[in-house]
Amino acid sequence: MQNTSINFKRQVTIKLADVKLQGALSRLQTRFVEGRAAVIGEINDLQETRTAAAAIRDRVLNDLEYWLLHFEQQATARGAIVHWAETGADVNRIVAEIAARHGVRTAAKSKSMVSEECGLNDALELAGVEVMETDLGEYILQLAHEAPSHIVAPVVHKNMEEIADLFAEKHQLPRKTDIAELCREAREVLRPAFLNADMGISGGNFLLAETGSVLIVTNEGNGRLVTTLPRVHVAITGIEKIVPTLEDVTTLLRLLPRSATGQSITNYVSVLTGNKDSADHDGPEHFHIILLDNGRSSLLGSEMQEMLRCIRCGACMNHCPVYQNIGGHAYGWVYPGPMGSILTPLLGGLENAPDLPNASTLCGACAVVCPVKIPLPDLLRKLREKQMERGMKSRQETFMLKAWAWLALHPAIYAIATKIGVRLMRILGGKEKLLHHLPGARGWTDGRDFPAPAGMTFRELYKRGGHK
Amino acid sequence: MNARDKILSKIRNSQARTAAGNVAGTVAQTEMRDSYLALHPRGPLPPPLDNLVAGFKERAIKLSSDVMEASDSKDVPILLARYLSERKLPVSGVCWPSLAGLPWSTAGLDIQSRPAKNQDLVGVTGAFCAIAETGTLMMLSGPETPATTSLLPETHVAVLDPRRIVATMEDAWNLMRKEYKQPPRAVNFISGPSRTADIEQTVTLGAHGPYRVLLILAPL
Repeated sequence: MQNTSINFKRQVTIKLADVKLQGALSRLQTRFVEGRAAVIGEINDLQETRTAAAAIRDRVLNDLEYWLLHFEQQATARGAIVHWAETGADVNRIVAEIAARHGVRTAAKSKSMVSEECGLNDALELAGVEVMETDLGEYILQLAHEAPSHIVAPVVHKNMEEIADLFAEKHQLPRKTDIAELCREAREVLRPAFLNADMGISGGNFLLAETGSVLIVTNEGNGRLVTTLPRVHVAITGIEKIVPTLEDVTTLLRLLPRSATGQSITNYVSVLTGNKDSADHDGPEHFHIILLDNGRSSLLGSEMQEMLRCIRCGACMNHCPVYQNIGGHAYGWVYPGPMGSILTPLLGGLENAPDLPNASTLCGACAVVCPVKIPLPDLLRKLREKQMERGMKSRQETFMLKAWAWLALHPAIYAIATKIGVRLMRILGGKEKLLHHLPGARGWTDGRDFPAPAGMTFRELYKRGGHK
Repeated sequence: MNARDKILSKIRNSQARTAAGNVAGTVAQTEMRDSYLALHPRGPLPPPLDNLVAGFKERAIKLSSDVMEASDSKDVPILLARYLSERKLPVSGVCWPSLAGLPWSTAGLDIQSRPAKNQDLVGVTGAFCAIAETGTLMMLSGPETPATTSLLPETHVAVLDPRRIVATMEDAWNLMRKEYKQPPRAVNFISGPSRTADIEQTVTLGAHGPYRVLLILAPL
């Protein structure tokens, strides 16, 4: 998927004014935020479990090479073929080669954000393979030629009416206006795609080192269909998704669906190991696993390594006041919200996404809900520091920060300056005690008023309170 | 250098390491990994349940599965016939070979012992075991336990021996390790009918898999 994060600010303005999007985003907040709150307490000791989950991820990341080698050995022993891809383009080439080798003409795909990183669908179409997205959300997006706006609920930005119009137009069937009827229509349209597909493509939520298995969590059953019916299965995922043991993945599974959709467990958890045996009635004859790097290895051993713990639950975006107001498309790439504001610059270049590390109030909600305890606000702050060090901030911002730093280092002058400042603001605030405009901060005051200070600085009030 | 070696060397460079297995220092890492795999320690567990069967039923119903109980497996067909007729559902379908001996036709059902095809509307399976913590079935694929039977039909019926209900997924893995050398091609954990919430985050049962899951607890 092309990275358009550079247009972030312009996109934000458009998204904030989009009435339909604002309605859709409010639903996300109630369903996912309240949904998580309702079930997260089922975990006996949430903090202990989060700590254990973070430790499981760190164990692998700290010795990633050793765990990857073990996974490869186990998977290969069971008959899977493990491929390594440095970039998204490499993934596309490998999948096209697999398709050509096995005479694949049609592919059915379950949701994979890594495949979105690669832009796999377009590449396969070019290679002459017809690709059908089968996750309901992704299918809707394929019909509408749009990108996902959320990693768990990809079509959260569309309402039922828009989907009803889209289905009526594309399916040439009478327009349905009931969500259950729309789901049944999609089921009936897609069932032949599963049955006829030569190749199934899936992501992989986890890779199990112990058994060489790919684990996927799904609700719709499409993940099971694409990994059971077609004669070739290709699973695509990132190199960081390794988990040592079945016990470890169980700990992570207590957190992932609860954090993502407010479910105690997803409908299906599938652990896929090797090819079908000669006596089996179902299962793929060929199982290919593609491990994508795409910049992930460069985060290892750096101050950003903790980002690789991410298990893609989406809780950080569901709880983010910025995401809740602008949705996922404004971020300009596959991963939105706080995790995307860190991953996009790290994988695609800070210079291509300069606004993303700053698209956060640092309120800390994301760090509180993250199941693997990624210190997201700290990582955002580190990216901001990098921008400062590399001189990537605007001249105005750099000047303001330097001026403030100088003031803060000269307490006497700071006292006088703030004294004048608050008094001036009180006068400008007038009877309303509100400032409608602030020089140099139009972006802030365009949307809301700034409450005028009461007229005294903190230090003046502190002294007056008798503390000397 | 191929892509594999390039990625592994990037990882090594990022972590300032030498190649795996080449130097004495890295042998320690391999040993650490292997001893961890041998131990496979458990993480924090949910509090133990007093009654696994009651706990399992409660959780399964919460996740929209239907639950019935029979004191004898011979009564399973009668219960299923009642369930299907109450819902005006078709009375024909397929089952796993292990269940072919149940008196299906006596109960007025036409249940054939073969893997499911697209047009089959009822699929009857057993289960490897079930997990009380989440009301979940654990299915192991194999020639006698085809995965399609629990996937393609609109109604999935699982006949489960209550003695095969374990407390947690950790217990289920142990049971699998005890009875099999290695995991089969597919281990599927099933927790209720397939569902989607992709349209307006509204949960709708019956996406691409079954619309309903009936669990019949009966000694097998």
